[in-house]
Amino acid sequence: MRVRAGFTLASVVLALITLAALAPGLLTGSTPDAADALAALQGPSADHWLGTDANGRDLFTRIVYGAAPSLLAGLGATALAVVVGTALGLLAALGGRAVDEIVMRLVEIVLSLPTLLLALLVITVTGPGTVNVIFAIALYTAPSYARLVRAQTMVIRKAGFVEAATSLGLSRGRIITRHVLPNAFEPLVVLATIEVGTALVAAASLSYLGLGPQPPAPEWGAMLSAGRDYFSVAWWIAIFPGVAITLTVLSITVVGRHLQRRIS
Amino acid sequence: MSAPVVEVTDLHVSFPAVEAVRGVSLAVYPGECVAIVGESGSGKSVTARTLLGLTGEEATVTAGRLAIEGVDAASFSERQWRSIRGRRVGYVLQDALVSLDSLRPVGKEIAETLKLHRAVPRHEIPRKVIDLLTEVGVPEPEARARQYPHELSGGLRQRALIASAIACGPKLLIADEPTTALDVTVQAQILRLLAERKRAGQALLLISHDLAVVAKLADRILVMKDGVVVEDGTASQVLGAPEHPYTKALLAAIPEPSTRAPRAGEVVIRADGLVKTFGKRTAVDDVSFELRAGQTLGVVGESGSGKTTTARLVLGLLQPDRGSVEIDGLPWTGLSRERQRELRRHIQVIYQDPLSSFDPRFSVRRILDEALEVGGEPRKTRLKRAVELLEQVGLDDSVLERRPLKLSGGQRQRVAIARALAPRPRVIVCDEPVSALDVSIQAQVLDLLVGLQAELGVAYLFISHHLGVVHHVSDHVLVLKDGQVVESGAANQVLTAPSAAYTQELLAAVPRLDTNVSLARRAS
Repeated sequence: MRVRAGFTLASVVLALITLAALAPGLLTGSTPDAADALAALQGPSADHWLGTDANGRDLFTRIVYGAAPSLLAGLGATALAVVVGTALGLLAALGGRAVDEIVMRLVEIVLSLPTLLLALLVITVTGPGTVNVIFAIALYTAPSYARLVRAQTMVIRKAGFVEAATSLGLSRGRIITRHVLPNAFEPLVVLATIEVGTALVAAASLSYLGLGPQPPAPEWGAMLSAGRDYFSVAWWIAIFPGVAITLTVLSITVVGRHLQRRIS
Repeated sequence: MSAPVVEVTDLHVSFPAVEAVRGVSLAVYPGECVAIVGESGSGKSVTARTLLGLTGEEATVTAGRLAIEGVDAASFSERQWRSIRGRRVGYVLQDALVSLDSLRPVGKEIAETLKLHRAVPRHEIPRKVIDLLTEVGVPEPEARARQYPHELSGGLRQRALIASAIACGPKLLIADEPTTALDVTVQAQILRLLAERKRAGQALLLISHDLAVVAKLADRILVMKDGVVVEDGTASQVLGAPEHPYTKALLAAIPEPSTRAPRAGEVVIRADGLVKTFGKRTAVDDVSFELRAGQTLGVVGESGSGKTTTARLVLGLLQPDRGSVEIDGLPWTGLSRERQRELRRHIQVIYQDPLSSFDPRFSVRRILDEALEVGGEPRKTRLKRAVELLEQVGLDDSVLERRPLKLSGGQRQRVAIARALAPRPRVIVCDEPVSALDVSIQAQVLDLLVGLQAELGVAYLFISHHLGVVHHVSDHVLVLKDGQVVESGAANQVLTAPSAAYTQELLAAVPRLDTNVSLARRAS
């Protein structure tokens, strides 16, 4: 029963955040960049539910508008990692021994590096911005997908139904796209759902360090970072973006675990 | 007459969802073998487990009387049951590999039972273990006792399991499908061993789906269906003059040799000197044969004889080290993968386990659609053809949207046959196609295969370890042993008057109903 309640709550939170990302105008009448110097650093009130920042911008509005760029980085990085990881995993599993050796050793090298350090390195080379953040995160999350897909594929290619499809006369390509990949994908989807949360935190961390979207763009990590200097006088500037990140990641994890249980 | 070792009247066992056993009564006397025969789900195993107190917590057990060696066992606690198991009632299961602890030498396993029930003084245990292994006919018992289950053959494992079951000298031995997982010659040895135990005064309760196995041993036979005993009588009554239609159906389902008029078609498959080695082991050693259109070539042999490797060579899933296969007079082995793929639809396959041969995400409609696509059927007519195929194999369009997991074993195999027929093949390789099915379903599927052959003229390469089944469907037979052909020829010739010693041995090992029983059956 408790599990069910948690799942329902998480679903509602995710639905709201998705709505904020797709149609922020429906949740707030204001715009994220509307500065009002007279209303700077005000605490939560009826006019400003979550207070205002140093420039007098409404925090609630900025958090709602910040949903899209924040989610984009997490989702984008995960999507890219899944695509690249799947391709590498398939290549390793089906490309013969030599290819497998090369791909898997590369994967292990990436996995052995400290993740944040790797991301910092990439962004130092490419420069800050949402797209580069997505690349940096995908680079170090892709290897785990590659490993999963490789293992799945190796099991499935020995399955009875793959031999049956071979005997039927299906081409190798057909068998891979029609039978191997879809069956390998199920656990991948579960992993990806949970990993979106991790990617989201990673993206927020990079933004916090000033490597993500640049001001005045409303992004949760960047907002949290901006609130840092005012923490002793206006705690809400840093706390609420942090709460938004935490709630999102938590909800994604709860829903992901639920999916995982349903599938297995 | 002495008192029964076990007596149960009006036994009912129900689980939350189903009443598995309804009103079963039976008694087993010393030196007597009572057999319970039925298909999966008939309640035969549940009945047996009740006599060991192993029905589980979910079950509700009621009985008019449940007595073991005269002691009322109806209200036994779990602890009392534990003192019964092994000491008063021994239990032998189907698969010794699963039933024996894989991390312990078999000698230790047997010693464990002895220790548990303090059957013999501690210092005598090692000697007793050797005695027991000798008693069940294990050669070199000292060496075997130190081996792990996976190091033993199936037959030796089963013997070790029996040794462990009889270690404490239980008056009653329950054997649940004790030979189902074994090759036919090994099966015969185990049945002989059980017969010896019976002669020595052991009460035996034998559970089996196979009337022919039971016929060798049982004094009394109970036929169960859906939790009810539908027929109960002496072995000769039940086998010779069955009264219940279900018993008759079970008897009729035992595959009988059929005398088939040889039909001469053109050669569709010619295998010439096939050799395949895996590492140092030669799996297939110089195997040659011809298969003609509309005919069936049966390939028999025990596990490890090279049957399945031969099938995979013919299917082009393996490349032979030497030798070749021709299909319709055209070369097949040695073709490029691409070229082979184009010809694959001419040679299709049916597996022992149809479920694993279907993509778990696919519905029956998609399974057939894919096979029809390969066969070049235009998209527009595929659904119509799929329904036709289903009708041909005795199913209707209600299964189209179902997934194989939701179908029964017989239905799955029918779908597998429909899929194999879809590309209109010349040859179908049937690899143990009925081994996983209940006997009555087995008979239906065999009849279906025979009927389809007469209708479509397709040739079968029929692989089975079951000689009765092979005799039932085959025109010609190939007997394999250790990868070599030991005998081949017309099915009737080879399987009634074999010339090779090995074939004779195989045939002698097949459990058979008595001749008078067969006659009675033909008359009915």
